[in-house]
Amino acid sequence: MGKIVAVTGNEACAQALKQINPDVCAAYPITPATDLMQRFSSYVNDGKVDTELVLVESEHSAMSACIGAAAAGGRVATATSSQGLALMWEMLHIAAGTRLPIVMPLVNRALSAPLNIHGDHSDGMGARDTGWIQIYSENAQEAYDNTFQAFRIAEHLDIRLPAMVCMDGFIVSHSIERVEYIDDADVKSFVGKFQAVNPLLDIDNPKSYGPLILTDLYHEYKRAQHEVMTKVPNIALEVAADFEKMTGRKYGLFEPYRLDDAEIAIVVMSSAAGTTKDIIDNYRDKGVKIGLLKPRLFRPFPYLEIANALKDVKAIAVLDRADSFGGYGPLFSEITGAVMSMDTKPAVTNKIFGLGGRDYLPDQAEKVIDELIKVAETGKVENIKEYIGVRE
Amino acid sequence: MSKKFWEELPQGSVVLEAGSSAEFKTGGWRSMRPKWIEENCIQCLFCWMYCPDMSVKVNAEGKREEFDFDFCKGCGICALECPGKKGNKAIVMEEEGK
Repeated sequence: MGKIVAVTGNEACAQALKQINPDVCAAYPITPATDLMQRFSSYVNDGKVDTELVLVESEHSAMSACIGAAAAGGRVATATSSQGLALMWEMLHIAAGTRLPIVMPLVNRALSAPLNIHGDHSDGMGARDTGWIQIYSENAQEAYDNTFQAFRIAEHLDIRLPAMVCMDGFIVSHSIERVEYIDDADVKSFVGKFQAVNPLLDIDNPKSYGPLILTDLYHEYKRAQHEVMTKVPNIALEVAADFEKMTGRKYGLFEPYRLDDAEIAIVVMSSAAGTTKDIIDNYRDKGVKIGLLKPRLFRPFPYLEIANALKDVKAIAVLDRADSFGGYGPLFSEITGAVMSMDTKPAVTNKIFGLGGRDYLPDQAEKVIDELIKVAETGKVENIKEYIGVRE
Repeated sequence: MSKKFWEELPQGSVVLEAGSSAEFKTGGWRSMRPKWIEENCIQCLFCWMYCPDMSVKVNAEGKREEFDFDFCKGCGICALECPGKKGNKAIVMEEEGK
């Protein structure tokens, strides 16, 4: 067993990157991810890693440099948050379309305006369609563990796609928690040696990256890009099985909690799942058959697997820590997409919570559950989308 | 270039052979066509130097030959720069398809 430490989510992720020792890191500071890369840059300065750290003038440049380094044939990582991710936007698509296995901790933070530095999922959800794999973490331990698994999934020869490891800004990134570290030697054998595919630095075999592909082939390339994403869940499960062998910690495409005999369920991602589990325990003690489903892999989204896990519930509340103005929350849209394949469709409600780091408190979860009990009884949803924890 | 199915495409649209742009014939973009009038040509090779593509062919003796119409896009720079002979241009632009 590895060393047990008290660290923040950022510290744990910086430690993971140190243990992985990537070839190149290009990053630009942004709250709340600054602290992660700052710690990593100390490791570079102190010679604890061999990484070439590229200090750039923006996140657009950070991702551009990462793309160049990955195409050159290196193992590459960076980290960002919020506006930083937003500024990377066009390059995110290029990293994915070019099939470069860059790994990026994304410390989830609200998007401007109004300016806010605290945690919500607006940034990650905005990057939903960039072609990146997205893995969401509930706590520092998961963020740490997911970082290693992200490298394995992204770099798998059947995949070669970039991956984001998401954790809630401040709530996880800056809170000190108990984390079990993995020994360096175990990390080394788990992550393995980086295998370059078509590296530009292989100058005896010249090649071009980023060609112009017009109407004759673009459609086919995008079809192929979808196909490789569909292979990710199986690889993620293989990697999780290896990880469990090493650490004893079990990961799936999502985490079901007291869901087996549940009649009602809450679907929520990241740190809010922890609070919700506590409240679910209280309701279980009172005899309410309620469970939770916490998506871990958001892209690709495991629709059929989630539909199967929720097939016996009568009512579901989907809690979104991001919004789509004039639309339903992004997670709600995915869950209702999953519900489409069910024979008996449960009633589904959407609650928008915790925007801009607004605390998600036990009484909010209780209200949701109380309403969910009624929805399950009547089968009727009065308001599909509502805001919780909002002053009104 | 042959039309490929999506299952056959190289990962990440990486082009694995060098010089493959030669397979992408861009001459079809042309609406104006340069006409080489050999008797007015003094073989100064300004056209060869100024061509933004590689559409002026020069032979082993260092003399220019006919345009490479597979790649000439008809930009007209060669005709503009051509000094000609005694005021008569060795390259003139003509509308394509006339």
